[in-house]
Order: sequence, then structure tokens, then C-alpha cells
Amino acid sequence: MSAQSAQTIVPDYSFLRKVEFESKIKASACFQCRKCSNGCPVTFAMDYYPDQILRFIHLGLEDLVLNCVTIWVCASCETCTTRCPNEIDIAGLMDYLKETAKKKGIGIKDNKTYMFHQVFLDDLKKRGRVHELRLMNEYMLKTGEGIRKLKDDSWKQDLKLGLGMFTKGRLPLLPKGIKNKKEIRKILENID
Amino acid sequence: MIDVSYYPGCSLEGTAKDYKESIETVCERVGIKLHELEDWNCCGATAAHSLSHKAAINLSARNLELAEKAGMDLVIPCALCFNRMKAAEKALLGPYRREYPYRFEGTIKIWDLLDFFCQDRVKAEIAKRFKRPLKGLKPVCYYGCMANRPPTITDSRNWENPTNMDELLSFLGAEVIDWPYKTDCCGASHVVARPDIVFNLVYKLFDMAERVGANCIVVSCQMCQANLDMYQDEINKKFNRDFYFPILYFTELVGMAIGEKQVKRWLNKHFVSAKPLIEGAGLSL
Repeated sequence: MSAQSAQTIVPDYSFLRKVEFESKIKASACFQCRKCSNGCPVTFAMDYYPDQILRFIHLGLEDLVLNCVTIWVCASCETCTTRCPNEIDIAGLMDYLKETAKKKGIGIKDNKTYMFHQVFLDDLKKRGRVHELRLMNEYMLKTGEGIRKLKDDSWKQDLKLGLGMFTKGRLPLLPKGIKNKKEIRKILENID
Repeated sequence: MIDVSYYPGCSLEGTAKDYKESIETVCERVGIKLHELEDWNCCGATAAHSLSHKAAINLSARNLELAEKAGMDLVIPCALCFNRMKAAEKALLGPYRREYPYRFEGTIKIWDLLDFFCQDRVKAEIAKRFKRPLKGLKPVCYYGCMANRPPTITDSRNWENPTNMDELLSFLGAEVIDWPYKTDCCGASHVVARPDIVFNLVYKLFDMAERVGANCIVVSCQMCQANLDMYQDEINKKFNRDFYFPILYFTELVGMAIGEKQVKRWLNKHFVSAKPLIEGAGLSL
């Protein structure tokens, strides 16, 4: 259901109950003061404002919130969570929605933000620590960004920054790992 | 000598090597002995807390368990690592602690490095070795998000208008300038997948820093440093401006004030050269 459509929405509170139960975040406490959206630094890139996401959750518009761009644009700066007069962890709610969208496979195709997170966790799983050079290579390959950059010449800027990093000694070629990698794999085993 | 456990985090082993070197050297000079936490793992950063709340808490919880066993307070330079450890601390001390396999009793304190440096006992050590005031440096202090927000996690007392870095740099003799964007977001890891967002946010920071008359920006987070330093050229091109702001770590300023010779080497690892600024201020290294 799109938010703009003129049809009547009959609120379905089962989604709200599920969100509150699973996330332990009291989304129903929102009285729409919009303080979250007023302080949010990235609304310019969102399709819906944070206060609208809360409202959609109240109304039970699950598909809409799981498919929206907003949850992935949220930079987790925690301004909304900090300022909410009803102490709703709004940034935490955005995380919960991302996690749910991922589990359901909704809105993650061609989603570069999601792909970056996934590549990050894959790299972390290998050694218990992240190696930035491998992470970036993997990201460029998996998203096709590498090919796009080759085509539109923006690879030159990346190369300049990469070489700069390297000559300044800020891009070690070999990764470091931890001893107890097994334990890390266990922590991360159920997020695929 | 002050002994503490130390969690450097992944980027300090790589792209933020300059920060790591300045931290380790300056700490040694002012009598702080850093004991790197043995077998520490990545905190999971934004990726983990975006995709799995539980895994994110567990990744940081493992480090907390190690730190508590080591028995000393834990100092963390990266603002995001600090924030994630604090989130795990709250989870492991909260009503749902039984959902996690790790234990943390809260017998040690988790410190943001900047906050640690702002203690009177550390300032007293700096004062003993003080060589020259940093006159001519007119920094704005850029604290970023994660060291202070949300205060329910960070235990920050001054989250909308932190002043500890302002006070530390004034103490070093810098002519610190107040500004309203101390804790505004730089976009952090969005720089990989959504650089457009980061460029917009960072442009606003530069524009304000220029309006208030700053000649450099001082940070305590390597993600903020990278976003403001590495892309300054591109942002200038995109917005048709000619900003010149060296992006310095507060530890580099402490190093300058105590006459540490290696400062030059750290500054050379930045993209925006600090040389014109330093020479203009008559603070040759």
C-alpha cells in the first residue's frame, strides 16, 4: 500500500505489537511531535521522514516500511534517539527494520548500503578483524561499482586516494587476525 | 604511571595508522601505559548493528569480557568502537543480559580516549612537559556523534554541547573557536556506498567552520578525520569552493604542545597538508 494512495487505511496493530515485542523498543509511545525528523541530518536523502516511519508502524504498513529507502539512509547518528521526548530508540528501530528487511529479503537487491554491511561482516568472519583493503576490493567486485567506475572514469579519483594512502603507509597489504576465530564465526553464524 | 587496557580497533591498524602512532607516542610521553587488549576482535561497527542486534552486542561483549579479566579500565580511541562497547555494557548489565553468552559485571570503566585525556591527572602530566602554547591555531572542535550520543549509552553529561576538547585545546594554548556543529554527523561509513550523503554533510561543516573563522578542525575520531580530510579536494570541486582546513587529531596537538618530534611524521600522513597552517602560525615543527 502506498502512503499517497487515497484508499482508507484500517489500522492493523499486529505489526506494531510484533515490532515492540521483537525490538523491545516502545514505538507506540510516539505522539508525532516530529522532533526526530527536525534534528535528522539526512532527511534530504530519505523517501519518508522518521516520524512518518513511526506512524506507518502504528498503522501496520509493514511492506511500506520494509521497502523504504529511509531505513538504509539513516546514518545511526543517534540524534533522534537522544532527543525523543518519549525515549523511543528511533535509530534502534531503524536497525530493527533493516534486520527484518534482510531476513525477509526485502529491499536488499541492488542496495549498496546493505551490500557494504554484508561484505563487512563476511570479511570480519574470516579473521575476527576487518582488513580495509580487502573489504573495499570485495565491495567493488560484488556491487559492480568497480566496473561502473572503470566505465565513467571515476576510478582515477579512487586510485589517487588509494595510492595516497599506500605511500603514506596507511594501507597495509596483509591482514591481521585473532587467535580465536571460531568464536567469532559462532557469533556471526546465523546472519546469512 | 597510569595503566589502562587499550582497544585500538581495526581502522587504527590500517587507514588510521597516523592516529595510532600519535596516541601511542603521546600516551607514553605523558605517563599513560597502554596495554593492548589481548586477542581483541572487531566491534562489528555499523554493519553488525544494522543487520543483527544480537551479533553486534556479542562481538563487543567478547571484548568486554576480556577487558574485565585483564582488570584495568578500558580506553578506546575510535568513537564507534567506544559506542558499541558501551552498548554491550548496557546490554550485559541490563534486564536482558541472560540472552547473551558473555558476562560483564561492570567492575571496570570504559573510556573514550578524549575523555580520558581530559582528566585533571592527565592534564597535570601534560603541564609538566609543556613546551610551547599553540598560539595561532584557531581550531573548531569536531566531536562527531558516537562519543556522546545517545547519553543513555555513552553516559555523557554534555551531549548537545560537549566542551571537554575545547577545554583541553585551550589548555594547550590554542585559540579555540566555538561553533554550533560540534556534534553534527559526517555520514561516517556512508562514504563507501553513499558518498553523495557524506559530501553534503561535510560541506555544511566546512562552510560553518569558515564562517566562524577557524583555520583548522580538530577531531577525536578517525572516521570523521577521513571524511573531512580525504575528500576535501572533491568537496571543493563539487561545491565550487576553496576550503583549506587541516584535519588534526587532538593527540597531534598534545604532541605539538609537548614538543614531540614525531608530530611532523604523523601530519605527513594526512591528505590536506598542515604545513602552511603550522608555518603561518609560527609553530615550525
